Amino acid sequence: MQTNTYLVLVLLMLAAVGFAAAPLAMAWAWAKFYSPQKPGKDKNAIYECGLESKGDAWIHFRSEYYLYGIIFLVFDVETIFLLPFAVSFAGLPVGAFVAMIVFLLLLVEGLVWAWRKGMLTWN
Amino acid sequence: MIEAGLKNELQKQGVYVTTLEDLYNWGRANSVWPLTFGLACCAIEMIAASMSRYDLARFGAEVFRPSPRQADLMIVAGTVTKKMAPLVVRLYNQMPEAKYVIAMGACAISGGPFKQGYNVLKGIDRYLPVDVSIPGCPPRPEALIHAIMTLQEKILNQKLTGPDRPRHLNADVPGEFPVPAYGEHDLEPSKNPEVWQPPIMTRK
Repeated sequence: MQTNTYLVLVLLMLAAVGFAAAPLAMAWAWAKFYSPQKPGKDKNAIYECGLESKGDAWIHFRSEYYLYGIIFLVFDVETIFLLPFAVSFAGLPVGAFVAMIVFLLLLVEGLVWAWRKGMLTWN
Repeated sequence: MIEAGLKNELQKQGVYVTTLEDLYNWGRANSVWPLTFGLACCAIEMIAASMSRYDLARFGAEVFRPSPRQADLMIVAGTVTKKMAPLVVRLYNQMPEAKYVIAMGACAISGGPFKQGYNVLKGIDRYLPVDVSIPGCPPRPEALIHAIMTLQEKILNQKLTGPDRPRHLNADVPGEFPVPAYGEHDLEPSKNPEVWQPPIMTRK
């Protein structure tokens, strides 16, 4: 019968889940009932390099940072698309070539905008 | 507890008997995982001991853990400067029970050739309970292997009940040791009196 074949699958799946869950459950039970719990200030510390952590993790990032993010994106995206473009350059139809040039010009426009805004000068 | 003679006699007949305690200790002794950290030149010998030529893996101690939370054994390999001592104690505190310490080399035992220096701790046993000390400057990898074997022997002979039971089964032993602070002239306190007392010299 059709239902019986699926019943075997269900049983196998249950066995698989049990096989994965049983060691985890046993480890949990062992830790809960037998492991020697000796918590302390050092043992519960977050970092494990021997030094005490200093300061606050909630620090401010300057909002001007988004400009660097955008410029990075210009070059990053350009590299990703230029490589396959260069590889298949010889076999490209004219339409694809024009589309790629338009895309590149868009990115270059972004770069020109950032350049004129003075983002590329170090200060 | 089974008699050693009876055990031998049974073994000759092909019957192997053991106690739960022996089995438990056998498992613990053959999976001593050290903490990955080296302080000075002794660490190079420690690295050599774990590599293929000396092969610490034969003793189940090759799994150098990058986190103290997964380590059983701290090999203090090298000169402990006073700047480094609080970090070593803090790392020891972060290790789970049962934990063991091997002081490797003259520096970790006593300060070694730098004993007269103003900035060198004169032995890590001033702050931590050292189980095995290896003399040498630096000790060869064979010496470290011997120390691991000595530690294994110690673990195998530990009774799980009674006053000499291992740390993790004894709720009275401290889980954390006080971390010294940087003082004006020396570490404060300069020793943990519960672990180490200066030897009393009697002059005749």
